[in-house]
Amino acid sequence: MTGVWVNQIVQGILLGGLYAMFALGLSLSAGVMRFINIAHGDLIVLVCFLVLTLTTSLGLSPLVAAAITLPVVFAGGYLLQRLLLQRVLGQHVLPVILVTFGLSIIIQNALQGTYGADTRKVQGGVIEYATIHVAGEINVGVLPLVIFVSAILMVWLLDRLLYRTRIGARIRAVSDDVAAANLIGLPSPHIFALAMGFVGVTIAISAGFMSVWTNFDPTSGPSRLLIAFEAVVLGGLGSLWGTLIGGIILGVAQAVGGQFDAAWQVLAGHIVFLIIFALRPQGLFPRY
Amino acid sequence: MLNLHALSKSFGALNVLSNLDLSVPQGEVLGIIGPNGAGKTTLFNLIAGVQTPSSGEILFEGKDLSRTKVWDRCRLGIARTYQVPKPFTNMSVFENVLAAGLHGGGQKMRDAAERAEEVLETVELAHRKNTPAGDLSLLDLKRLELAKALGSNPRMLLLDEIAGGLTDAECDSLLQIIGGVRDRGTTIVWIEHVIHALRRLADRIAVLHGGNIIVSGSPDEVLQNAHVKQVYLGVEG
Repeated sequence: MTGVWVNQIVQGILLGGLYAMFALGLSLSAGVMRFINIAHGDLIVLVCFLVLTLTTSLGLSPLVAAAITLPVVFAGGYLLQRLLLQRVLGQHVLPVILVTFGLSIIIQNALQGTYGADTRKVQGGVIEYATIHVAGEINVGVLPLVIFVSAILMVWLLDRLLYRTRIGARIRAVSDDVAAANLIGLPSPHIFALAMGFVGVTIAISAGFMSVWTNFDPTSGPSRLLIAFEAVVLGGLGSLWGTLIGGIILGVAQAVGGQFDAAWQVLAGHIVFLIIFALRPQGLFPRY
Repeated sequence: MLNLHALSKSFGALNVLSNLDLSVPQGEVLGIIGPNGAGKTTLFNLIAGVQTPSSGEILFEGKDLSRTKVWDRCRLGIARTYQVPKPFTNMSVFENVLAAGLHGGGQKMRDAAERAEEVLETVELAHRKNTPAGDLSLLDLKRLELAKALGSNPRMLLLDEIAGGLTDAECDSLLQIIGGVRDRGTTIVWIEHVIHALRRLADRIAVLHGGNIIVSGSPDEVLQNAHVKQVYLGVEG
């Protein structure tokens, strides 16, 4: 019996890797550009459909399809920030929320118009079913394990990018004080757009994995946004490693809740979020 | 070096600057005084490119800056400090100055690092170079604000009430630093309410009132002017 519970916790930790991936981009946009992108989940789903189209129409493997989306979504993120979001940043908190909310509606309707309302999934082949028997009743799926390791790698790389590179220093300076950064020669619209490009890369990677691991439909975005938002808040604003921990906490809470009753799975995650939020509203490892 | 022609700035019906003309030759220290709301900070915002003028032109070394963004003006050689210092709080003192050299000064990493070391020595902040900027005292924050501006190796420095809020001893220390910057040939335009600071270093003082310059001349001349005493110092004739 203990083995079943341990197994659920292990599954929850691995699921947390995917949740952390969803949240990394949101953590960057909230921590660096100081806004919540309401369309974040819909952008993930949009890229899932892009991967689906590349695999079904061109017969590409999901890995190749996801790799193709990386530069495309980087450029898309850059242009989205430069041409749309930058215009409403800094005026007030409301305009950017309204604009990204509108973007969310547009993406959902465009996807429904193009692909219909059916649930979809990308076929990942043998990796979907491959498992590693660890001990007793504990089995680990290869795909969830790859996702979890990738999530850790992404956090490490983003952390290096922000704190060990010249572009990272630029992003942190603009994030700290836009006016002061402009005055020392940093063009804030370009720097913010680059940051949004990196957000796009995290979106592309998480969408590539999500499209193979779970089902999705045009209206899946808001639930992904909610999970990402909870992981960011739990981890603390601006803390990438905190976001990973936040994702893991949510994943474990859902897995353990689901063990009690399948109907409790999602609710358990929200309840744990609310309890931690009430006790520590600044998050577990806040940087700001 | 800097020429402003018929410069105006309005916010809705409020005219903050109207048809202002001003010339600042190379190497001059120009003090700008005036009552609160006279338009001093707006004038700096226009020169630095933080705000755009409603009309008029700003020429820097003969180049019209109308379409030049704030970050490009920095690269042209204009640096500005803020009245309330704006450090990058999640960076060290050294990183703050290094960033200015790398981006504003267009220097390579090694040159920017050398420049940052030199500037921190100049502003007497070298001993705190590894301290997070958010942990500095007010005087050190003002020194850092100055160091950030100097990090990009500017030809013209805009100082916005840098002596405000300091004790006499702190102010004296800062004035020595600014004097050193002036001696290296940097043009300085300096908004200040601490009159004795301007009297010590400024070559000329311009008085801004009602969105225009009403008097300009040597510090002694300007501070003895009856109109200036009335509108700025609140003293009758």
